[in-house]
Amino acid sequence: MAYDTTVLVLGGGSTGCGIARDLAMRGVEVTLVERGNLTHGTTGRMHGLLHSGGRYAVSDQASARECIDENIILRDIAGHCVEMTGGLFVQRPEDPDDYFQQKLSGCKECDIPARVLSGGEAREIEPYLAKDIKRAIEVPDGAIDPFRLCVANAIDAERHGARIETHAEVIDLLRDGDDIYGVTVRHDSGPGKRTHKTPGTTEDITAEYVVNATGAWAGQIGDMADLEVAVRPSKGVMTIMNVRQVDTVINRCRPKGDADIIVPHETTAILGTTDEEVSDPDDYPEEQWEVDMMIDTLSELVPILRDARTIRSFWGVRPLYEPPGTGTEDPTDITRDFFLLDHAERDGVTGMASIVGGKLTTYRLMAEQIADHVCAQLGHQASCATADEPLPGSENLETLETAMDDFGLRSPVARRSKQRLGSRSQEVLDTNEPNPVICNCESVTRAEIRDAIEQSGSDLNAVRIRTRASMGNCQGGFCTHQIANELADEYDEPTARAAYDELLQERWKGQRHALWGEQLSQAMLSYALHATTFNADGDVARSGTSLDFAAFDGGQSDSDGGTPGRATTDGGKRVGTRGGDR
Amino acid sequence: MAITDDVLVIGGGLAGVTAALSAAEYDRQVRLISYKQSTLRHASGLIDVLGYTPEGEGPLEDPFAVLEDLPEGHPYERVGTDAVREALLFFDAVADDAYAGNHTDANALVPTSSGAVKPTARYPVGVAPGLASVPRDTLLVGFERLPEFNAPLAAAHLGATGVPFDVRGVTLDFPGIRRDDAKVIRYAHILDYDERVDIGHGETAARPALATTVSAHLEGESRIGFPPVLGDDNHDVVRRDLEERLGVDVFEVPSGPPSLPGLRLEDLLYEALEEAGVRVTTGVEVVDYESSNGHIDHVIVDRTGQRVPYQAEEYVLATGGLVGKGIDSERERVFEPLFDCYVEHAGDRYEWFDGDAFGHHPFARYGLTVDAELRPQKANGAIEFENLRAAGSVLGGYDFAAEKSGSGVSIATGFVAGARAGEVVK
Repeated sequence: MAYDTTVLVLGGGSTGCGIARDLAMRGVEVTLVERGNLTHGTTGRMHGLLHSGGRYAVSDQASARECIDENIILRDIAGHCVEMTGGLFVQRPEDPDDYFQQKLSGCKECDIPARVLSGGEAREIEPYLAKDIKRAIEVPDGAIDPFRLCVANAIDAERHGARIETHAEVIDLLRDGDDIYGVTVRHDSGPGKRTHKTPGTTEDITAEYVVNATGAWAGQIGDMADLEVAVRPSKGVMTIMNVRQVDTVINRCRPKGDADIIVPHETTAILGTTDEEVSDPDDYPEEQWEVDMMIDTLSELVPILRDARTIRSFWGVRPLYEPPGTGTEDPTDITRDFFLLDHAERDGVTGMASIVGGKLTTYRLMAEQIADHVCAQLGHQASCATADEPLPGSENLETLETAMDDFGLRSPVARRSKQRLGSRSQEVLDTNEPNPVICNCESVTRAEIRDAIEQSGSDLNAVRIRTRASMGNCQGGFCTHQIANELADEYDEPTARAAYDELLQERWKGQRHALWGEQLSQAMLSYALHATTFNADGDVARSGTSLDFAAFDGGQSDSDGGTPGRATTDGGKRVGTRGGDR
Repeated sequence: MAITDDVLVIGGGLAGVTAALSAAEYDRQVRLISYKQSTLRHASGLIDVLGYTPEGEGPLEDPFAVLEDLPEGHPYERVGTDAVREALLFFDAVADDAYAGNHTDANALVPTSSGAVKPTARYPVGVAPGLASVPRDTLLVGFERLPEFNAPLAAAHLGATGVPFDVRGVTLDFPGIRRDDAKVIRYAHILDYDERVDIGHGETAARPALATTVSAHLEGESRIGFPPVLGDDNHDVVRRDLEERLGVDVFEVPSGPPSLPGLRLEDLLYEALEEAGVRVTTGVEVVDYESSNGHIDHVIVDRTGQRVPYQAEEYVLATGGLVGKGIDSERERVFEPLFDCYVEHAGDRYEWFDGDAFGHHPFARYGLTVDAELRPQKANGAIEFENLRAAGSVLGGYDFAAEKSGSGVSIATGFVAGARAGEVVK
């Protein structure tokens, strides 16, 4: 039969986008569908750590080796998504000495550069470390922006001919006997870019081969074709601080435990995390104690965190998996390795494989191995090039600094823009139009916002993940409306209004977990601004209320053209009102 | 040794200033201490009294029709409807010809920069020609480099509210602004002083340049709305000059921070303080107090590290709400940081908010509980201090954002707290 596409990838996280790029670069026709935005699932809800492998150097040396290899590759191909912060495994007096030694020798065994620092040396690098820190191991951990990484993979896949459909939820698998040949998707607003308030449609997309890269949701996809994919979703909380208390990734050097990592991320620092199995990756409790534990436990490493300002918290769900019969009880003990489930081999159902497990740092390697498998199934001969070809934005990064004009932007704005856009800076920022800053916290200009709108339609959360607009201290309080205003050239008013409402609600969702102290004050200010000045909560355009305008103050007409004059006061001066009756 | 006054008002926002002016009416020596910039710079400059009931009904045509029905503990219920009216009269006298709206009890509907209409009781005269409740065709003008206000979008939104007139929006270049990130105050100053601006073919004065740019887009509309950047010190002159040159009414569309209408209101209030002989001490924080027998004896002000006592017979606390930090919070509690007055709140912080961004947020109502004299009360209803009154958003029991009652409550409670303090000084 004639298929719509050769390979259909389900899931727009790092794995799915990585697979789509890899296959497209090998000349395979690919379509990727994602139910929300790119990164909507687990990818957009991680702490942003680019592993050195140090974390797995004792427990899982195979993973540790993969991590350090991929760490080096990603610095090269995804330079504009990576900040090489370095990392420290920090030992407190109560943490075991023998584990510290195991960690050190494990790193050496896995070729992870590692050196021991005294407590004093560690505090020279990170002055806010607790005074009683005993010592630390320095490793090449880094920070990676999962949004930018994922989007760059998708853009490059598109450049190589792939079709990327976001806001296209898989509602059924097409199965004919023992063959899976595609899916039915429900488009949020029709195929292509999302436009708010446009009615959706459904579409059958047929394919020679389907790759289920939906991670924690892989079991739900499997269910649609009566295939059991026993993924074990495990939630973890991450708490975002308003500034970078540390510029280095800080890990606690002990065998295991929750709340043991701090990752500097752009203008913020992210505290993580917990590890708790959940039954439904879309519906699990987000609890106060988890946030409190992040702050209280990590304050043992960095005491100023105890009274620092957090701007929001979010939860992610790991797509953990272990082969049937392993029976691990504690999710922290489940392997972080990934598994390719070939349903033909496993269940006798052809046309589909599922990918589960894995982690962001090794997304490219996973994609390579899956693409190898898919090519073998298709009988397609082509080799992987993703370890060598830089992602869009990461080409010629060294020459960028010197070659690029600053586009008339204030220097901190220009610097931040360049960090995000990398080698795309010229293309995006080179405009003759006025280019004011739209999001001040993150220094995002109009040109960058409009570039993102161009990519993703009226979806401001998609704009947000591309630009970081609304992700700073004010959490959109001062910029949500300004970002929405930028939709006006291409979209009508109800669309822009719906997009504004959606972004405002999304920003509120994570802020709820940070509502005390400074951030409660900020939240009240945002609420007051949007409710009071913009009256977004009492707006009759939103409620559909029909108003009798004539019943309201019609102004005070007088001779000079409707400008209200003055009611009589006592000569225009203050009137004494010594009402003593009450 | 201590600095001594009759009445000491702590807090320099709308409530504090009103309280100080109100106390000064009694020929008392009044001092106002403020620490941070007031939150007026975030405010639209509109004086709303009540736009929606606490249950969310509205926009209300007449706020006074429902004031009597407000629940016990609401600041308006505490002071009573008559005091609200008196306080507004008092404000009208202070604002003199800078504000309009006192000819009627009815709320005005003011178009704001989002394009939604907002019910309000008083509004700057520069806003008056733009009322959505007046059926006249309207042109909205935005500027390329001011992303806060998108005039075509606001016009479309205003149309969607069902206004009884046609409204269009255009986006233009503001003559004389070349920097992408020029502050609103820069726009205002160019117009204030009618600066020479480059218009591509020579230089001309800014106001005629702006009028020429705009008039080319007029299609018979009888009023034009601009973002609120039409001058600062010479705002009235600028607006009238533009009206003459354009031959139509000119108004401002209230917008988000930094808000010149809010700052102009602040200037007006501080001029009134000076005229009333109120002593104003700014930039210093009240950090502590001493009391005896349920009376505040004096407060302690931190002046660059030195602890200086300030004494008065009567005190008014107008330090603001969560935004102004008159009410503060930690992970475990919500509190009033200066006198540690009782703030009723849920013990679990996950009960402080609603899941919806515009839901019924308990935190928005957190603040002090007061008696009818506006004296803060303890959990058991007893008075915290005989000589302490509270005014403005430090008070609890109302959600000013949802009700659109912020300025009105500040004025009403400031007026009453100041008057009672002025009255009882011996």
